[in-house]
Amino acid sequence: MSVDKATVAKIASLARIRMDDAALEQMVPELNGILQWVEQLGEVDVTGIEPMAAVIPNTLRLRADVIDADPLTGGGRQGDILANAPAAEHGFFGVPKVIE
Amino acid sequence: MTDLTQLGVKDIRDGVRAGDFTAREVAESFNAAVAAAASLNAFIVTTPDHALAAADKVDAARAAGGQLGAMAGVPIGMKDLFATNGVQTTAASHILEGFTPRYESTVSQKLWDAGAGMLGKLNLDQFAMGSSNETSYFGNVSSPWRKSGSNQPMSPGGSSGGSSSAVAARIAPAATGTDTGGSIRQPAAFTGICGIKPTYGRCSRWGIVAFASSLDQAGPMARSVEDCAIMLGAMAGFDPKDSTSLQMDVPDWEAALNADLRGKKVGIPREYRMEGTDQAILDSWEQGKAWLKDAGAEIVDVSLPHTKYALPAYYIVAPAEASSNLARYDGVRYGLRDLPDGSGLQDMYAATRAAGFGDEVKRRILIGTYVLSAGFYDAYYTQAQKVRALVARDFERAFQECDVIFAPTTPTASFPLGSMNEDPLTMYLNDVFAVPASLAGLPAMSVPATINADGLPLGLQLIGRPFDEQGVLNAGLAIQQRAGFTAKPEKWW
Repeated sequence: MSVDKATVAKIASLARIRMDDAALEQMVPELNGILQWVEQLGEVDVTGIEPMAAVIPNTLRLRADVIDADPLTGGGRQGDILANAPAAEHGFFGVPKVIE
Repeated sequence: MTDLTQLGVKDIRDGVRAGDFTAREVAESFNAAVAAAASLNAFIVTTPDHALAAADKVDAARAAGGQLGAMAGVPIGMKDLFATNGVQTTAASHILEGFTPRYESTVSQKLWDAGAGMLGKLNLDQFAMGSSNETSYFGNVSSPWRKSGSNQPMSPGGSSGGSSSAVAARIAPAATGTDTGGSIRQPAAFTGICGIKPTYGRCSRWGIVAFASSLDQAGPMARSVEDCAIMLGAMAGFDPKDSTSLQMDVPDWEAALNADLRGKKVGIPREYRMEGTDQAILDSWEQGKAWLKDAGAEIVDVSLPHTKYALPAYYIVAPAEASSNLARYDGVRYGLRDLPDGSGLQDMYAATRAAGFGDEVKRRILIGTYVLSAGFYDAYYTQAQKVRALVARDFERAFQECDVIFAPTTPTASFPLGSMNEDPLTMYLNDVFAVPASLAGLPAMSVPATINADGLPLGLQLIGRPFDEQGVLNAGLAIQQRAGFTAKPEKWW
């Protein structure tokens, strides 16, 4: 499989990365080079093999039902959370108008 | 007085404990060395005050007769992928330029708790994506090493290139690294130092800027196996804030170091004899087998039949996870915002990400987005995850016949900066020997072995069973003792 400029433009739009024509042109052969190379995986017989989701068997733990048991991941840190926001306003993240 | 910057972790720790010198003297020496080495571009920001404050605390604790931690008095470099409270954390990207965390990553906090101090935040490939430290928004890092008789700047490897450069140049006794597909081992090999990636889950990922979450692991980079054992002990441990953290005790790796390999079997994977590998590396590998034999080990042939498929599988799995992880950089919550006049939310996302990410990061996000998109998911992503399972099964079977696997770390020595940028694929091939252990989540280490005809260092790799960092460190120690690697770069910076 290979990608053309229109496909790369579609992917870039899905990935929310603005790309002009020149950038798209440049990306097409680069992506195709990588995609052609990974295609060799198709040679591998994977009959009966489950896709690997975790390298080390581990189970998700439950934690005690305690509010703010770990203050680092608990609530009540509005100031910290907004401290790096490019446009914090009135205690919220500010964004440009969403509804046209 | 001896030049304190020539000392490693163990010597500094022991010297501070014994009162041979103070932690403050150590911190001052390294702060000065860091300040004088700006031409390496190893640090994005320096934090001399952090190093001094930590040192003063250690000296005060010692004066008061208190217990000193495992890293007491050791100032280290922190890869700029670890969130550090109040100190800019960028992942070497423009999109996170100026981001100042209000919390501390678990691994860095553990190091401070053990008495270490921070010299600064180390440069790296942007979002840890690269093998040469040429994708950083803050400029290339130079290796302190150069080919004999040449002034050409050489690559320190990547992505932990600031870490490897700083430790090799003796401007830091040790540094943190992270390894997703070789990012600790390959730079360690390129610069003649040691680096170990522990079993996936040993070190908490909490507070580390995520690249590919099923692969990312932190580990130490230092100039000896002992130093790595000490520092890894301080970094590892269960953390409930990381759902993949291993809930197991951390062994005392340093205390159990033992280079006597009698009764141990060392496996040589025949598929690692790949075309394109430098003859000097193959010679070094042969030499290494003799050293391990001399240490008492039995050398056995093993087979890892899916080795050649590990790298292409990695270049589907890692970008897929990256495209998801990096979706968080949206210009809303932190970092850069690019809001063209009159544009809406979607335009802001696209403009911000276009301005904030470098070319290699964009390339990987696009690959990841493509292989996860409807219609291609099974052909690419599911197939890669199945191949990943086969790569892991290869190791499982090989470890029925041996205790530790021994191979080169990289197919070549370091290369000049700018010499490998024509085609992204040639750069990816650097990690061909490193990636399989990453895909399987296994502990793996690079130790310096020999010097090639150009005067550049070469590294050898040890890969262990899950949770057997000790076996990896012990075999590494056996090589270290026999290699007698004392070469260091001539100072030009």
